[in-house]
Amino acid sequence: MLRLPKFEVKNPSTVEEAIAMMHAIDGEARFLAGGTDLNPNMKHRLFTPERVVALGGIEEMFGITQQEDGSMRIGAMATLANVASHAELGLAYPALSQAALLVSGPQLRNMGTLGGNVMLDTRCQWYNQTYFWRSALGFCMKKDGTKCHVIEGGSKCVAAASNDTAPALMTLGAELEFANATGRTRMPIADLWQADGIWNKKVAHTELLVAIHLPKPSADQRGAYGKLRDRGSIDFPLFGIAIRLDLDAQGTIFDAALCAVALQARPWPLKKAAALLCGTKPGEESFTEAVEQVAALAAKQCRPMPNIPGDHEYRHAMVSVYTKRALLAAANGDGPVHHV
Amino acid sequence: MRVFRLQVNGDTVEVAAPEHWTLLEVLRYKIGLTGSKQGCDKGDCGACTVLLDGVPTLACLSLAATVETSAITTIEGLLPAHRANGGEGADPVQDAFDRCGALQCGFCQPGMILSAKALLAKNPNPTSQEIKQSLSGNLCRCTGYTQIYEAVVLAAKGEQV
Ligand SMILES: Cc1cc2nc3c(=O)[nH]c(=O)nc-3n(C[C@H](O)[C@H](O)[C@H](O)COP(=O)(O)OP(=O)(O)OC[C@H]3O[C@@H](n4cnc5c(N)ncnc54)[C@H](O)[C@@H]3O)c2cc1C
Ligand code: SF4
Ligand code: FES
Ligand code: FES
Repeated sequence: MLRLPKFEVKNPSTVEEAIAMMHAIDGEARFLAGGTDLNPNMKHRLFTPERVVALGGIEEMFGITQQEDGSMRIGAMATLANVASHAELGLAYPALSQAALLVSGPQLRNMGTLGGNVMLDTRCQWYNQTYFWRSALGFCMKKDGTKCHVIEGGSKCVAAASNDTAPALMTLGAELEFANATGRTRMPIADLWQADGIWNKKVAHTELLVAIHLPKPSADQRGAYGKLRDRGSIDFPLFGIAIRLDLDAQGTIFDAALCAVALQARPWPLKKAAALLCGTKPGEESFTEAVEQVAALAAKQCRPMPNIPGDHEYRHAMVSVYTKRALLAAANGDGPVHHV
Repeated sequence: MRVFRLQVNGDTVEVAAPEHWTLLEVLRYKIGLTGSKQGCDKGDCGACTVLLDGVPTLACLSLAATVETSAITTIEGLLPAHRANGGEGADPVQDAFDRCGALQCGFCQPGMILSAKALLAKNPNPTSQEIKQSLSGNLCRCTGYTQIYEAVVLAAKGEQV
């Protein structure tokens, strides 16, 4: 049995109310969306807020709607199941809908939200444990302690971004709409992250993600998501890679993006690798050769650490395999890439 | 403490419980509905699965304070609902699990059956792949799953007849 720490629960019905409730307390408060990350973390005493501001009553934060300019607005409270089963999203942004479909298991996708997935805490096998377990180890820098058990003598926490949809949103150039005490802001998701496993975001935990905006896709945009995990369900990624390819009328790639996750504190964009794909044509040798080069480069740039479970050398060996398969899936309009 | 007004298995239940309690704790330790199991208590196993407005949800990760507007179905609600609809005997999914011997210790069953109920309500004729996917958030440490999948197939056939 894992008990939650004591806290009070607020149920605001507007964004402004939620922000006010977040600030009108001396102690710590936390937003609660689906609760599938916050609740286990509170049970493990990784967070012990005095107040939880539940977002389920804020209408503005729900729904998936196409805007007049062809962009898509996804309310932060849209569930992963909503995202994974949305037909237009699946066609226009396959990497995102595939990533959402591969998050954990059915019940957790019914509860967990896209906003909560973006704002997910980083993960580490020495951190996502009960208080008793962590105390037996002498704690670690991210919570209650001073040492790092991944990098001996390390001064920076390297807990891993483990949110499957983050790399997909990165390849799509998503914009995040935040609300805070001074109003609303919009930032490209690429600007959200910082290389600090203790808090890997540049916004404070008191800022509310209201919606995720996806730009209109190009005429022939393709994508896929590849996820390595132990079982075909429930498990967090041991490595994840999202792909976007934009093809011109002749079928030649004119733009591409790759982004990996489950490595270190930030989702990891592979810009040089993406550049190798431009000018090649799926179905022709130029593309096949580029895929091999990209897979080799990805293996150089992605260095899994013993921060999350799974043998890190095996995870490293799988980087090129999953990169290659995900690239081929994106080009062929298939995916997701996973082992079950 | 807070007074929660919950819609449980068709009844409105008013219950006082600490504000930070999960739905699972309120169901088990305040209302006395112990059919929803407390397994891992952190989202891994599915033993605590209940239906919220028909949707499989983990009660161990839901706060009671956030589910007051939803219709909650626990395993205890299936038989009365079946009988209230004029049915005889057990609920067809429960009956199929029984006939297939789809259980050993039984700890996973309430969650399995509710996930299966939700699947069949949406998709009365699922493929074996769809059955596996729909139950993939419910772990069973005993049966090896084969008879559980067979039970869902049997329940689907039964509901067609
Ligand atoms: C067994 C298990 C397996 C899992 N497997 C995976 C997996 O494979 N892949 C994966 O990516 N995730 C996985 N998860 C984690 C989680 O289910 C998902 O990441 C989910 O999307 C989190 O969303 P939520 O709405 O439940 O977030 P919450 O738990 O409600 O919130 C998560 C964090 O974000 C903050 N937050 C939430 N919404 C907002 C907002 N709108 N604005 C600002 N801050 C906000 C909260 O304060 C909290 O710190 C798993 C969880 C469990 C328990
Ligand atoms: S990487 Fe892991 S062990 Fe090291 S400080 Fe971060 S959470 Fe703790
Ligand atoms: S008890 Fe809720 S998922 Fe295990
Ligand atoms: S019958 Fe024992 S866990 Fe499934």
